[in-house]
Amino acid sequence: MKPRFLRRSLDQPGEAAAKSSRQPAEPRRRREPLRRHPLAPLLVLFIALSATGGLYTLLSPGRQAAAASAQSLAIEEGRKLYVSGCSSCHGLNAEGSSDGPTLVGVGAAAVDFQVSTGRMPATRQGVQEPKKKPVYTQAEVDQLAAYIASLAPGPAVPAASDYDTNGANVAEGGELFRTNCAACHNFVGSGGALTGGKYAPKLTGVDSKHIYEAMLTGPQSMPIFNDETITPDQKRDIVAFLNYINTAGDPGGANLGRIGPVSEGLLLWIFGIGSLIGVTVWLTARSS
Amino acid sequence: MSTVERMAGGLGTWLDDRFGVARGARKLLRKVFPDHWTFMLGEIALWSFVVILLSGTYLTLFFKPSMHEVVYHGSYVPLQGVQMSEAYASTLDLSFEVRGGLIMRQIHHWAALIFVAAIMIHMLRIFFTGAFRKPRELNWLIGNVLFILAILEGLFGYSLPDDLLSGTGMRILEGVLLGIPLVGTYASFFLFGGEFPGQLLIPRLFTIHILLIPALMVALITVHLLLVFYQKHTQYPGPGKTNRNVVGAPFLPIYTAKAGGFFLIIFGLSAILGGLVQVNPVWLYGPYHPAQISAGSQPDFYMGWLEGALRAMPAWEINAWGHTVSLSVLVPALVVPGIFFTLLALYPFIESWVTGDKREHHLLERPRNAPTRTGLGAAGVTFFGLLWLNGGNDVIADKLHLSIYAITWFTRFALFLGPVVAFIVARRICLGLQRRDRDKVLHGRESGIIRRLPSGEYIEIHEPVSVEERYVLTAYEVNRPLELTDTVDENGIPTPNGRVRKVRSALSRWYFGTRVEKPTPAEYQQLTAGHHD
Amino acid sequence: MSTHDEMTTGAEGQAAPSGPEHTSGLVQRDEVRGRHARTVDDIVPAVDGVVIEADDHEFAPVERITPDSTVARTYDDPFPNPGPPHHEPRRTDVDPRAARRADRQVAGMFGLATLLLIGFIVSFVAVDTDQMISLPLVGKIGAQNALFGITIGGALALVGFGLIHWARKTMTAVELVEPRHPLRSPEPKREEGAAAFRQGIEETGIARRPLLIGGSLLAALGGLLTAPLVLLRDLGPLPEKKLRHTAWAVEQRIVYENTNEQVKASDMHIGTLVAAHPLGVEDPNRLAKASIFLIRLDPSEVKSQRQLDWGYQGIFAFSRICPHVGCPVDLYEQASHHLLCPCHQSTFDMVDGAKVIFGPAARALPQLQITADGEGNLMAKGDFTEPVGPSFWERG
Repeated sequence: MKPRFLRRSLDQPGEAAAKSSRQPAEPRRRREPLRRHPLAPLLVLFIALSATGGLYTLLSPGRQAAAASAQSLAIEEGRKLYVSGCSSCHGLNAEGSSDGPTLVGVGAAAVDFQVSTGRMPATRQGVQEPKKKPVYTQAEVDQLAAYIASLAPGPAVPAASDYDTNGANVAEGGELFRTNCAACHNFVGSGGALTGGKYAPKLTGVDSKHIYEAMLTGPQSMPIFNDETITPDQKRDIVAFLNYINTAGDPGGANLGRIGPVSEGLLLWIFGIGSLIGVTVWLTARSS
Repeated sequence: MSTVERMAGGLGTWLDDRFGVARGARKLLRKVFPDHWTFMLGEIALWSFVVILLSGTYLTLFFKPSMHEVVYHGSYVPLQGVQMSEAYASTLDLSFEVRGGLIMRQIHHWAALIFVAAIMIHMLRIFFTGAFRKPRELNWLIGNVLFILAILEGLFGYSLPDDLLSGTGMRILEGVLLGIPLVGTYASFFLFGGEFPGQLLIPRLFTIHILLIPALMVALITVHLLLVFYQKHTQYPGPGKTNRNVVGAPFLPIYTAKAGGFFLIIFGLSAILGGLVQVNPVWLYGPYHPAQISAGSQPDFYMGWLEGALRAMPAWEINAWGHTVSLSVLVPALVVPGIFFTLLALYPFIESWVTGDKREHHLLERPRNAPTRTGLGAAGVTFFGLLWLNGGNDVIADKLHLSIYAITWFTRFALFLGPVVAFIVARRICLGLQRRDRDKVLHGRESGIIRRLPSGEYIEIHEPVSVEERYVLTAYEVNRPLELTDTVDENGIPTPNGRVRKVRSALSRWYFGTRVEKPTPAEYQQLTAGHHD
Repeated sequence: MSTHDEMTTGAEGQAAPSGPEHTSGLVQRDEVRGRHARTVDDIVPAVDGVVIEADDHEFAPVERITPDSTVARTYDDPFPNPGPPHHEPRRTDVDPRAARRADRQVAGMFGLATLLLIGFIVSFVAVDTDQMISLPLVGKIGAQNALFGITIGGALALVGFGLIHWARKTMTAVELVEPRHPLRSPEPKREEGAAAFRQGIEETGIARRPLLIGGSLLAALGGLLTAPLVLLRDLGPLPEKKLRHTAWAVEQRIVYENTNEQVKASDMHIGTLVAAHPLGVEDPNRLAKASIFLIRLDPSEVKSQRQLDWGYQGIFAFSRICPHVGCPVDLYEQASHHLLCPCHQSTFDMVDGAKVIFGPAARALPQLQITADGEGNLMAKGDFTEPVGPSFWERG
C-alpha cells in the first residue's frame, strides 16, 4: 500500500469519484491495525547500520591493542592507512610504480606536506596534483608520516619553532625569495606557469609549516632546498617575508592579483577606455 | 557691460594693440568643429598627454636618476637594509615618504597607459574611416611617428625606477641590440656606457624621457593640431554636410566647454584610478639584479606585441664565417615592427595609387563602404592582437590551466592564418552590410508588421526610410577598378612602365573588383512607383 | 560634369526627389548670401531651407584621367543632399524650469567639487601615510592614497561633467555651417608663388656656377651634419673582446648568491638547485655575466658525456644567462629535468647538456667546468669556453 502522501497526490478527481463509487459505504481511509509504523523502515536501517558498525568495531583487527609504544602504534596505523589509501599508486611497500614515485626516503615532512594540503591522495592522473580539501585528519597524517619515515631516513616534520617568525628578517627573506623562488612563483608568490600545463602555485593563504616543508622536500616539480643550501634561519626569513607580504595590504589600491602589467592593461582597456568612450558618446549626443 | 566683459575688453585691447588679434577673432572663436564621438578619441590622447606632463613634472622634483648603490633605510619593511640603486630608492621614497607621491606616480602611469591606448583607437578610427586620404597624409605620418615615440617614451619611463621587472626589459633590450649585425655590440656598449648594466643607463634614459622625446612630441602634437585646425576636421556624410562645408558647433563656447570638460574628466579618471587601483608597484618587484627574474614578467601592454613576437619565434640562428646572426631575435624585435610600421606609414600612398584618386577628401567613409580597406585593417588588428596575447602566454597558461607550449604553437599558426581569415570575414561582412543598405533604400526597412492581404497572402510591411537616411545610405563613392588602357600604342610599342601599370591595375581589381553598386534613382523610382511593400 | 552616359548630376536637372520641401537641387549660393551671410566665407546657422549643391563632394571634374593613362570613374550620389535636419529645441530651450534645474545641477557639481577639494586638503594633513583601510572589493589598501584619488579625481571629474552638462543643456545649441575652400591655391596665386621662388633663386646667382658653389655647399652641410656623430664616440668603450670573458678563472671558488659562503659538494642533494657566483666578485657588471646555477643529478640519468665530464660527482654548473636575450634562467623542474626561461619560454634539457628543446634560444646553456678542492668546496676549472649570454655578430 502506498504511503498516504503519495496516494493523495496521485488522486485525480475522477479517480476519487471512481473509488468512491466502488466502495461507497466505506470511509476513504480505513485504519488498519498498526502493522508498520511509517518510520519503521528508518528504524530498521538505523539498527542495521549500528549493528554493522558495532560488529566491525568489535571484531575488526587493530583493536587488540598491543602493549607497544605510541610511536610504533602510530607507525602501524600509518601502515594500514597507507595500504588502503596510497598503495595502489605508490606500491604495497612504498617502492613506487608506474603511477607514483617511491616514497622511501622522502621523509615525514614530504608526507605531511602532500597529505595535509590535500594534494595527496591524487584523485586523477594529471601533469600536476592541485591543492584540495584534505581527506585525512591531522592525526592520520601524522600516522602516515610516521610510517613513511620508518622506511628510511628523510626530512622530518619541522617543529613549530622552526617556522616561528619572531625575530626573522623580512627583508633578508625577500632577497632570498627573489633569488630562489620568484622565478617560478612570481615576485611575491602570486604563482606562475611551468611547462606543459604545470604551474607553481600561489603562495597566499598557505600555512607557514607547509611553506617550510615545501622548501625542504621539493614537491613535484619544485627543486629541493635542503637545509644546507637554504638554512633553517633563511627558511624562517622567507616564511616571514611571505607572511608580511600577504598581510600587509597594498598602499596603491586594489592589487589586481599582483601579477603585473597584464592585469593592469586589462583593467585599463575594459574599464578605463570603456568608460572614456562612454563619456565621449554622452558628450557628443544631442541633448533632448 | 558686465565686469567680465570689461576685463575681457581691456585684455583684448592690450593684445590687439600689439598683435592684431582682433582680426582673426571672429574666424577663430566661432570656428566650427563637427561633433561625433569618434572624433574625441584623439582628444583622449591629447588630454592624457597633458596629465602626463603635469604629473611627470612633479615626479622629476623628487626622483634621483642615479645607479649609484645605496642601502635602503626608509619605512618599507621588506626592503630595509637592502642594497639598491638611488633611482629605486628615490622611487620608494616618492611612494612612501612623500605625501601625494604615490598617487602622482600612479596618475602618471595610468595616464600613460590611457595615452597609448587612445592613440591606438584614434589611429584605428582614422584608418577605418579613410581620414588619412588627401590632404591629410602628412598628419597621418606625424601620427605614426607620435605612436612610435609614445611607445618608446613609456618603455623608458617605466624603466627609470630600476626595478626587477623593468630592468629585465632593459636586459632584453640589450640582448636585442647585441643581435644587430655589424653594429650591434657597438650600439649596446654606447647606449649602456659599457657592458650591461653599467652605470649610465638610468641617467641617459632620464634625459631621453623628460627632455628629448617630450620636446619632440610637443612639437609634433602642435603641428598635428595646427593641421587639423587649418585643414578643418573631417565629417561624416549626412544631411546638410558636404565636401565643401563643415557643420557643427562653434569653438567658443561649445567646443571649449566640452573639450575643457573632457580634459578634466580624463584627469579625474586618472586620479581615481591612481587612488584606488595599484599600478607598477615597484616595491613588490624588488630592486634590479641581473641574476634575478620573476615568473610572469611582462612589459606594459603597448610593448606586449613585441614580447609576444619574441616568444612565438622559433629558434633560428645563422653561424657562418666567424659571425653569428640570431634571427630568432632580429625577426621579432626588428623585422616585424619594421615592416608593420612601414606598411602603416605607406598605406595612404598605396591606397591613393590604387584608386588613382587625387581629389581632396573631407567626408569620411563608413567602414562598410571600403570593404578591402576594412578587411586589411581587420587583418592588421588580428596580427597585432595575436602577438599581444602571446606576450602574456605564461599568465594565460597559469590562470586558465593551459600548456604554454600549446599557446605558443597556436600563435605560430594563427599569425599566418588569422589575418587571412579576418580579412575575408571582415570584407564579406562589409559587402553584406552594403547590400543591406542597398535593400533598405530600395525596399525600405522591415517593420515587423505582418499584413494579410485579401487574397490570403501574408506580407511584411516595409517602411520606407526617411529622406535623411536614404541620403546617408547612398552618400559615398563606389570606387571601381582602374582600367588598363592601351598597353601598346598605335605602332605596337609597349607603353613605358607597363609592368608597374599592370600591377596597379591588378591591385585595383583586387581592391574594388568585388563591390556592391549603389541603387540608381531610376531603380528607386521604379520600385516606389510600383507600391512595393 | 557628366561622367557616365546616362547619369546626370544634380546641377543639370536630376529626376526630382520625392517630397515638397526640396527644389530641384540647384546651386543657390546667392540665396544663402542674401538671407544670412555678409560674405561667401561666412559661418551661418544650419537652418532649414538652406539648400546644398548636389555635386558638392568634389572640387575637380569627376572623371579622373590619371597621368599614366589609366582611367578612373565614379558615380555621383543618386539622391541629393536633403539639407540640414530640422532643428529640435531642447527641453531646456522651451521650459524655463528645466533650464533652471540644469543650471542648479551644474552649480551643484561645481559646488561638490569644491567640497571635495577641501576634503583633499584635510586628508593631506590629517591622515597618516602608513594608514591602511579595508574596503569591500578592493581589499586592504592605503587610506591616504585612496582619499587623494577620490577627492582630487572626484573634484576634477565633477567640474568636467559640470562643464559638459552646461554645454549640452543650456549653452546655445544652434548648429553652424562653415564653408570650406579648396586648400589648393588658385592658379594665379600658384604662379605668383612659383615666380617668387624662382626669382629668389635667380637672385642668389647660383646659376652661374652651380657645381662649384652648390656642390661645395652640399659637401660642407653634409659634413656639418655628420660631425656630431663623431662626438658620440665617447658614449661608451669599444666592445673589443669584453663579451668573450667572464669573471670565472681557474680555482675560482663558487659561493651562494645571497650569503657569499662557499658551496660544498655535500650541500647538494639530487634535485637541489643553487644560485651561485664567483667568490669575491661584487661588481654588478661582472656579476651580470658570471651568474651560474648548480644542480645535482643522478649520473646514470645524464645522457651527455661531456656534461658528466665537466661536472663533479653529478653536480653541474651552467651559466644562468639565457642565450636568447639574456634573462636569468631559473625555473628548474626537478622532476622532468627541464629548465624553463620565464621570459620567452626557452626550455633546456638538463640531462642532455642543457640543449634547447623548445623556444627561441638557439644554443645550449654554456656549462662551467667544475671540481672540488680538498675540503669539498666547489670551484671552477677555468672560464667558460664560449661567450655567455645573447648572440652577437662577432661571436663566431
